[in-house]
Amino acid sequence: MLAWTILISFLGAAALVLLPAESRRAARHTALLTALAGLACALAGAVQYERSAASGTPVDLVNFSWIADLHIHFHLAADGVSITLVLLTGIAAVAGVLFSWNIERRTREFFALYLALIGSVYGVFLSFDLFLLFVFYELAIIPKYFLIAVWGSTRREYGAMKLALYSLVGSAMVLVGLIAAYVVSGAQTFDLTELAKYHFPAAFQHWAFPLVFVGFAILAGLWPFHTWAPTGHVAAPTAGSMLLAGVVMKLGAYGALRVAMTLFPEGLRAWQNEIALLAVIGIVYGATVALVQRDLKFVIGYSSVSHMGFVLLGLMTLSKIGLSGAVLQMFSHGIIAGLLFAVVGRMVYDRAHTRDLTELQPMNLSALAPFAAVTFVIAGAASMGLPGFSGFIAELQVLAGAWQVFPRLTLLAGVGILVGIAFMVRVWIKAFFAEGDIKASAIPIEPISMPERAGALVLLGTTVLIGLWPGLLLNLITPTLNSTLFQGMVKGGPQ
Amino acid sequence: MQHVVQYLWLIPAVPLVMAGIGALLKRERRRAAAGLAIGGMAVAWVLSCVAFVASLGPDSFRATCTVKWFDLGDASVPLGWMLDPLTAIMLMMVTFLALLIFIYSLGYMAEDENFTRFFCFMSLFGAAMLGIVIANSLLLLFISWELVGLSSYLLIGFWFEKPQAAAAAKKAFITTRIGDMGLLLGMLWLYSKSGTLLFYDNGHGCLEAASLARLAAAATLGGMAVSTAISLLIFAGAVGKSGQLPLHVWLPDAMEGPTPVSALIHAATMVAAGVFLVARMYPLMSAGGHLAALEVVTWVGAITAVFAAAIAVAQNDIKRIIAYSTISQLGYMMMGLGVGGVAVGMFHLITHAFFKSLLFLGAGSVIHGCHGEQDIRKMGGLKKLMPWTFATYAAGMMALCGVPLFFSGFWSKDEILRAAWIWPSSPVPFCLGAAGAFLTAFYMMRQVSWVFFGKPAQAAGARAPAHESPGVMTIPLAVLAVFAVLAGFLGTPAWPWFQSYLNGEKVRFEPAALLASPQLNLMLVSAVVVGVAFLAGWKIYGNVAAQSLRAMDPLQKALPAFYRLLENKFFIDEFYGATVVRLNTAFAALADWLDRVLWTGAVQAVTRLTVALARFDSAIDELGVNAGFDAGCDGLRGAGRGLSWLQNGRVQRYMRIAGVAFSVLALALIWGCG
Repeated sequence: MLAWTILISFLGAAALVLLPAESRRAARHTALLTALAGLACALAGAVQYERSAASGTPVDLVNFSWIADLHIHFHLAADGVSITLVLLTGIAAVAGVLFSWNIERRTREFFALYLALIGSVYGVFLSFDLFLLFVFYELAIIPKYFLIAVWGSTRREYGAMKLALYSLVGSAMVLVGLIAAYVVSGAQTFDLTELAKYHFPAAFQHWAFPLVFVGFAILAGLWPFHTWAPTGHVAAPTAGSMLLAGVVMKLGAYGALRVAMTLFPEGLRAWQNEIALLAVIGIVYGATVALVQRDLKFVIGYSSVSHMGFVLLGLMTLSKIGLSGAVLQMFSHGIIAGLLFAVVGRMVYDRAHTRDLTELQPMNLSALAPFAAVTFVIAGAASMGLPGFSGFIAELQVLAGAWQVFPRLTLLAGVGILVGIAFMVRVWIKAFFAEGDIKASAIPIEPISMPERAGALVLLGTTVLIGLWPGLLLNLITPTLNSTLFQGMVKGGPQ
Repeated sequence: MQHVVQYLWLIPAVPLVMAGIGALLKRERRRAAAGLAIGGMAVAWVLSCVAFVASLGPDSFRATCTVKWFDLGDASVPLGWMLDPLTAIMLMMVTFLALLIFIYSLGYMAEDENFTRFFCFMSLFGAAMLGIVIANSLLLLFISWELVGLSSYLLIGFWFEKPQAAAAAKKAFITTRIGDMGLLLGMLWLYSKSGTLLFYDNGHGCLEAASLARLAAAATLGGMAVSTAISLLIFAGAVGKSGQLPLHVWLPDAMEGPTPVSALIHAATMVAAGVFLVARMYPLMSAGGHLAALEVVTWVGAITAVFAAAIAVAQNDIKRIIAYSTISQLGYMMMGLGVGGVAVGMFHLITHAFFKSLLFLGAGSVIHGCHGEQDIRKMGGLKKLMPWTFATYAAGMMALCGVPLFFSGFWSKDEILRAAWIWPSSPVPFCLGAAGAFLTAFYMMRQVSWVFFGKPAQAAGARAPAHESPGVMTIPLAVLAVFAVLAGFLGTPAWPWFQSYLNGEKVRFEPAALLASPQLNLMLVSAVVVGVAFLAGWKIYGNVAAQSLRAMDPLQKALPAFYRLLENKFFIDEFYGATVVRLNTAFAALADWLDRVLWTGAVQAVTRLTVALARFDSAIDELGVNAGFDAGCDGLRGAGRGLSWLQNGRVQRYMRIAGVAFSVLALALIWGCG
């Protein structure tokens, strides 16, 4: 069931290419239907998985020999972690289409590239052959580049190039590590489960782990390799930033967990403290930089760096509670950041034609677009990790895990949370609730449309649902952390 | 009791559901919104009464109920609630006051266009506050605690069109969150040490003997017991919420919110949540005979009590005076907890809740009657114009000042002073407490003289003379006044029902206790202190009200420098602005600069380096392939073309080159180590 998500997305992209160029309506509907079909498959697959294998072991979906000479298989499989992210991709894809409803320029091409990106992302999350994973990972760069360079805004070519270059550097590092692992293991396979059984020499792990981990984590916004993220987010069109923050950053974190941490547990332990430190610096640094930004999208962009820091910190705890917090935070951040970008990019920027806080301040947007204001306030509350939203549970788990390993860093992360609240409150007031002459600013703006409302409700509903009933996802995630793939990295630890 | 506790979750759930429905109502549905909120709170009150009656029963002291929230690894995360006397008394107080204040708001907010939103937020607040009260798990308490903070933010900033209101809301939110971080870390630490966040769980809870013994035995930094360290972190949360030094700065600013909000949230309930938290965590705070945490609580409370009372002397905004008074009284409660235990602090919490919300609602009635005027110097002679407000306000004022025998504040403050008197560690808190009592009576006399006595001052710009408020506002005032007087009789030394109830003992009637040695003397001392302060206040301010606005405060005339210090609240806001805020801004600017210049510069340097490397590789390639002189010449030309080809500015080409370079690097590395 889950494998269909990839196929459907690419088929949708192909179908869009075949459509006549001027049929924008058809393009939108095709894209929405494809995204919905993908989400449906993801949901069905998740339910099926949870009912069948309670143990949390990976389940094979597809496995056949692909490049026989190199023993590369087209091997798709899923466990609780990958399914969580597949669900995130499905939800983000649907919401992204809804918030791109107003794209008029090259609509067909836009959605074709969009679906190709989604398909590749599904592919990364479901690949259990590392070569295949890498192929999907690379495949995702191309549509990402064009989505920003063609449909973007502020300094879009610069942003697109920066993102592409960063991704490529990261990929190159990953590729080196993968080939090295292939050669060193001598197992003649790229299969994740096979390679994970092989015990790599410690000296090899010591350099291979940081290479592969950082190669992936660049895309997760690991400080100081994060600068692509804010510029990329700002340059991207709304759906682009939603996917970048919502899904693409998770590719990095997922790769770091699935490949680097799984294959090289000893290297992981050698570098654990350093990476945790970088993660916490990212948390504090991202939040602080967000505090002084004038462009609303930069604020959200930097907040993503901060929130992804929690993912990386959670990964570095090497305890079940921290790891499940990290995975949940991936999901949660994907939803919440997507929503924030949707409000900023689509609801605000497309109407006010500015994202500059000093220009937004006199507009009194809360009176002009109350729906946008309320959505942004709720999304902001979710983003600062208030109870009732998914981020609370995720951050709580990460912090609870981190407290046992790095108490001092946890204190520092607490400071990051505080600053995170400060910048969000600042943005609330400046962007929406500043003193403004309501009458003077009562310029007619286009009302918030149905697709936007629907998209906002999907994302809001998801974060609240998980916030109140985290078991929905944790029942997928936590059993998986007991499986053999995670045994190497989860050692000891009270929970 | 056990079957009552199973349904205890309904008490916060009903207002929560009402808030949810209220959020969906259209702005015009004013009656429906108010009806939902008041109805929900009335139901919660009735249920609280049932719970209270159940808690009076002899069968058990405490009942709990636990439900699983979600599974986490091998453990599960439970949430739980409980019913014990502490919970029951708080439930009664919160629901009853909330109900009265909701009704009062019908009148006070009648002309506000966002009436519907107001009641929605108030219900949300009520639900969250009740959640704190019933929580049997620090996690549930923390969740409710945060929601209380959020609803407080929304209500302080209710009139966000006023820049001061928006700023005050932001300040309150962030300042209290600083304390909350301490609470969060304390919670994480407690969890990692005791493995549970349930308070009471048949011997396995974190506040029960086994866990406490473990926490008290372990030592951490500087030999401090872990239980003490955790207690102090948790106390940080209480300091933030209860406006204790040094995190008190948000509470006076919070008065920008509507007055019913000030009465309910920033006087009676939310700010008292910090005191309640300390009371709830009391077993941890005193675990294993380590009293360091309680000493900190005592000192913070005692200093706050005097400090805030002194500031109140030099304020002119009617609500700000009572706000500083609240901070000061919360200091008394903390001190009471520190020196005398749960019952002493909680008794003052309950009496204070009644008389302080009475004072706030009275102030609201005055503001309402004076058409929005809040400066006490522009009021005067309201005694005749607003008789009901005056009478009830006077009752509240005398309760706050601790006028002997007939007013509740006297009994509860007396308990605190008595406990401070016999506190073995130091006599200073007692002196601070007595000084605070003097200042309290003094500033209240100053305020009352200015507002109610003298000639009716027709303030500049006032459109009409002041008028009495409608019945929907004065009736809650009257009800509160009755409680402000009578609540004290629940805990007199002669019949200490309150203390016995909280401790689960049988109450005894001993009139002789009133005449016992320290008791009688202390009662006399407080009577004298209050009397002298009243006289001094009356002497200085008794006839000042009739004077014009330009007249200086007599105290200002006498002690200008000191008055200025008080008026500016010891310049603490300015101090924070110059240190914490500036430091943070500087760091943010630095980080921003790093991002714009350093990291980006580094990235560009790497890019250039890569391109240069590619050029070099390409040149080598061309030279290697084309040997010989002519070929060499061609090669050179080719390299030149190659260079120009490289510089065409196409990103795709740059990327391709970077890719080639990295593949070469990759091969080199594999070859090197394989």
